[in-house]
Amino acid sequence: MLIRRPPDIPEREITDPQLYQNRRAFLRTTAGAITAGIVSPAILDACGQPRAADAAGATRGQDELTPFDDVTTYNNFYEFGTDKADPARLGGSLKTKPWTIEIGGEVAKPGTYDVDELITLFPPEEHVYRMRCVEAWSMVIPWRGFRLGDLLKRVEPTGQAKYVEFTTLYDPVQFPGQRRRVLDWPYVEGLRLDEAMHPLTLLSVGLYGKTLLPQNGAPIRLVVPWKYGFKGIKSIVRIQLVREQPRNTWQVSAPREYGFYANVNPEVDHPRWSQATERRIGEFRRRKTLPFNGYADQVASLYAGMDLRKNF
Amino acid sequence: MRGFRVVKATLFVLAALPAVWLGVDALRGNLTADPIKEITHRTGWWTLTLLMVTLAVTPVRRLTGWNQIVKVRRMLGLYAFFYAVLHLLTYVVLDLFFAWDILLEDVAKRPYITVGFTAFLILLALAITSTRGWIRRLGWRWQRLHRLAYVAALLGVVHFYWQVKADTREPLIYAGILAILLVARLRPRPPTRRTARTPVRLPEPSEITG
Repeated sequence: MLIRRPPDIPEREITDPQLYQNRRAFLRTTAGAITAGIVSPAILDACGQPRAADAAGATRGQDELTPFDDVTTYNNFYEFGTDKADPARLGGSLKTKPWTIEIGGEVAKPGTYDVDELITLFPPEEHVYRMRCVEAWSMVIPWRGFRLGDLLKRVEPTGQAKYVEFTTLYDPVQFPGQRRRVLDWPYVEGLRLDEAMHPLTLLSVGLYGKTLLPQNGAPIRLVVPWKYGFKGIKSIVRIQLVREQPRNTWQVSAPREYGFYANVNPEVDHPRWSQATERRIGEFRRRKTLPFNGYADQVASLYAGMDLRKNF
Repeated sequence: MRGFRVVKATLFVLAALPAVWLGVDALRGNLTADPIKEITHRTGWWTLTLLMVTLAVTPVRRLTGWNQIVKVRRMLGLYAFFYAVLHLLTYVVLDLFFAWDILLEDVAKRPYITVGFTAFLILLALAITSTRGWIRRLGWRWQRLHRLAYVAALLGVVHFYWQVKADTREPLIYAGILAILLVARLRPRPPTRRTARTPVRLPEPSEITG
């Protein structure tokens, strides 16, 4: 790989755990004040939260890691249930070892890989990415993973391969949420080949230095930091290189609301709610959402000349 | 009589419990990773629930003949309003932090907020006119006005339904309950009922409906 990966979030911007503890204390104090109906700017000052932290400052350069507890208890993973607490509560039913991924379609070297084998072939590295949910909240997560592009190069996509289609395990025994047809199971996601080959695009096998937990998409999931979180398909069992643009599950569910691209874009609202701002989990005030989730320098060129309102 | 006071006091405490429980969970940091969203959801959920309970009072009275129960209707209705106020304050203060421009845009542009806000305005009007003085001043029109409680409940259900991403089960349960309550209300009135146009006497504050 000749392309040098720019630092996603500089080391100096990652805060030590001591500060998160302060955040928790702050939240507790304000939460108490709030329920007592006496919240005021003065209280926020008194609690030591710099009020200036919103405004322009919040839009750039303040990416503290979201605490491990929040990353692992607040999840959208409808295969376990639609409540955000369901995945952590019910995750134990998923058997993540052994786990194989079938890779095929328009490739010269199709094959089935065990996740353990993938980790040996492509040693995971730490990548700290922002994660912006389509529901207008966000986190900062230290993923462990390898570049999807490295795996794709190994299987040698043919000239016909234009898109990559991913599929989650379908097993209503292990995934109790699949017993109800909330979505059209199994979950399917897709990327254009150039998006899939982009160095920011990861297959993740862990976070916070630990093996991925079921609620976060164990044992292997996609991470595409400039797209809304639902593009990050979890518990992948199949990767197909295809000629036609795949129909991803949320697009099938509500085509007016969720598109194929799903690039984070503050200018293009969800039909029912605004995407202009977001709440970073752990923060009190909303912050402005950045185009391509702040990764525009790295990825905007992929969409040069495209109408991003049409291709939402 | 004395027995009913106990019933009323019990309901008063029960209806306050969700707020207490919310406060306790807030102090213990038990409000998920996104406390503001959790507070919003819980207060919204209790607004709708108490609205449904309030609207169930009359059908229960007709079914059981337990006439005294109507004396708790205003209290329950005001509790629904109380949770609606918390819900709106959570949104305006905690979520938007007084960003009035965003608030106006939301109310105008986002249908689920438009209907939710409309429902709130209805509840506000009903809460204001829930006093004895307003019942006297409005006369027979008072009852007509307060039938808007059904409209508020309907808008509340729509407000809920329109923000769910895929799992519509819960708002549909509310819709079902509301439909049952409406049907129960559309049945012919019992003959013993006083006509609303000619109030014989002023109701006692405790029987004023909300």
